[in-house]
Amino acid sequence: MPETESRLILPPYARALGIELFEIKDGVPILTVAFGPSVEGRPQHYHGGATAGLLENAGYAALRARLIIEEREVQLKPINITVQYLSAGKSRPSFAKGRITRLGRRNANISVEAWQDDRDRPIATAIMNILMA
Amino acid sequence: MSTNDTKNPPAFSAMEASKFFFRAGHTGWLGLKFSDQGDNWVELKLSWREELMGEPDRAVLASGPIISLMDMASGMAIWQTKKTFAPVATLDLRVDYQRPARERSAVWGRVECYRTTRAAAFVRGIAHDGDINDPVAHIAGVFMTIAGDPRQGAIPQTKDNASEAGIGDA
Repeated sequence: MPETESRLILPPYARALGIELFEIKDGVPILTVAFGPSVEGRPQHYHGGATAGLLENAGYAALRARLIIEEREVQLKPINITVQYLSAGKSRPSFAKGRITRLGRRNANISVEAWQDDRDRPIATAIMNILMA
Repeated sequence: MSTNDTKNPPAFSAMEASKFFFRAGHTGWLGLKFSDQGDNWVELKLSWREELMGEPDRAVLASGPIISLMDMASGMAIWQTKKTFAPVATLDLRVDYQRPARERSAVWGRVECYRTTRAAAFVRGIAHDGDINDPVAHIAGVFMTIAGDPRQGAIPQTKDNASEAGIGDA
């Protein structure tokens, strides 16, 4: 998937926060962020807002990767996001991966999971609606 | 005045706490500022800067920092309502985006805590870019109180724990 990788550009906010592309697995990007001051809430823990930022960017990245494959050029607009916090984000790297539940003509429904050491124990999940204009 | 006197702390004030909360960490990095407060609500300001753009070619704040703004304002609205600092964990936060913020505009987040129970606190709020009657987003959230946390009542003042709310661990 080298073409997807080179065309998948993370927004300025994601890069400023420290979010990077970890890998593309089966066509779906996995994003990661290292622990540091820009994501810290209470000492040695992720701020909920930073976790939400990682989730949201992973959702967008999943959709952008699919749109690159389908050769659709559209502008993405957020409609909504609901974040569920499951356990504390500790002082180590976090990862997130989105799944497109439904890709319509104008709207995409996406679910996202974020985890740390154990892929099967998510620290937070999100569901998103993204408008494609 | 010492706001760190755990035996007899003064009533929580978002305005006072903001002097310590935004020195470091995620909210310090974002550059959140105190804007206004009431008995059960708090308004914070997120200033525009290029780093926080959502798209490379549009000078509009990304939606991510707006979630952080609203999460932080939610926590502070809860303490403002309870009149005391008691660590809370975000359980669920929903953001509905009505429209993008105007180009190069700051965004303000005003959140009201409309109900608290022994274990939970319920919030709702509006993000706007100058006119609260023309919102950028609406939010609704539920937070859990963390029983038996030793930091009850004491507002963190050191650099190391300057940023507090929205810890997201239930």
